[in-house]
Amino acid sequence: MTIAAKIRGYIRESFLFGSDQKLSDEDSLLDAGVIDSTGAMELVSFLESEFRVDVSDQDLVPENLDSVAAMTAFVTRKLASQ
Amino acid sequence: MFSSSVLDLDPAIETARIVEAIQNHVRVTLRKRGAVLGLSGGVDSSVVAALCARALGSEKVLAVFMPERDSSDDALRLGRLAAETFGINGVVEDIYPALEAAGCYRRQDEVIKAAVPEYGDGWKFKLVLPSILEGNRLNITRLTVQSPEGAMHTVRLTPPSYLQIVAATNMKQRLRKTTEYYHADRLNYAVAGTPNRLEYDQGFFVKQGDGAADFKPIAHLYKTQVYQLAAYLGVPDEIRARPPTTDTFSMPQTQEEFYFALPYDRMDLCLYAHNHGVPATAVAPAVNLTPEQVERVYKDIVAKRRATRYLHAAPLLVDEVPEIAAAAAEPATFQTHGS
Repeated sequence: MTIAAKIRGYIRESFLFGSDQKLSDEDSLLDAGVIDSTGAMELVSFLESEFRVDVSDQDLVPENLDSVAAMTAFVTRKLASQ
Repeated sequence: MFSSSVLDLDPAIETARIVEAIQNHVRVTLRKRGAVLGLSGGVDSSVVAALCARALGSEKVLAVFMPERDSSDDALRLGRLAAETFGINGVVEDIYPALEAAGCYRRQDEVIKAAVPEYGDGWKFKLVLPSILEGNRLNITRLTVQSPEGAMHTVRLTPPSYLQIVAATNMKQRLRKTTEYYHADRLNYAVAGTPNRLEYDQGFFVKQGDGAADFKPIAHLYKTQVYQLAAYLGVPDEIRARPPTTDTFSMPQTQEEFYFALPYDRMDLCLYAHNHGVPATAVAPAVNLTPEQVERVYKDIVAKRRATRYLHAAPLLVDEVPEIAAAAAEPATFQTHGS
């Protein structure tokens, strides 16, 4: 499974609760109301455990974490630099 | 030009309006003989105490002081000062033993210890959010601990640990409300809630905790306006000069560290501006921020409203029960024989 597919699956299961809400990879999860601050914390924890990447405090910005596409690019960059 | 003057009110007129509303709410709608409130020594509860005393008579208001392990000594002293100022009777209810027995502190401490193994007796802690001024950070709460020697250490928490600290801490607000209702039931009084508009709008309260009340007489007022009323009503200077605090964790903590993105006076202006469709470029000079920072505050306002909407919601029913919904909206009436 690709990185994007894993992230998509996690979001669907954990935040959309099986609803049929349409969500593109570029949609902002915060603006769409999919995640709140606790959700952001859970997403970070998921990325760290699923992909074994270290997410530093400096990484906690929407550009890295606010959409499936942003997270995919972020994890890809992190894995390449490890 | 947009400025802080948008929040200026005539305190005499506003006081008269609220006093009349309290009289109607308590005596006519709720049919209660007086009001109980938790008096924390902060400006909001002090103003509500003063308003209730004006509306109902000071002898018909009971202040409850509810210290616990982590509350500051100032809270009790200033709460008493406010009660004395307005001639209100007060009762001290130490809620520490009940919280201890319910496991509040143990549940908090076990997850803090998991994150910071050295944490133990004599250590203090608080939860902190990044400031909106630090850049476009996600609102991820972190734990700050302080050793008995004063050394500070900040760590991120796992989601279950964070939620457990919050859940355990919420026991404090819920037990306080249980205690207020004990006295309200005993005296046939109503419980006054003390949130200001920032707290009410942004969901800064615990459901069935400090969010529970029979009436909330300052929920429509921005915090800046609460201070204007405080000055008019004669709330002691020491209470008015004290920075707003959560008084929930063992380390001193401002409200903006824990919940709001900015100090209350700037947050008030941003909330007012957002509510009235004022563009970020017009607000920015008044709050000493860049337009981009104001946009971030606007987004945060919307996000917090969305995330905390359920706190305001009544329990959801599968079918409406129209007879009860209609009755709840009407003032109570005496039922007499033959009526």
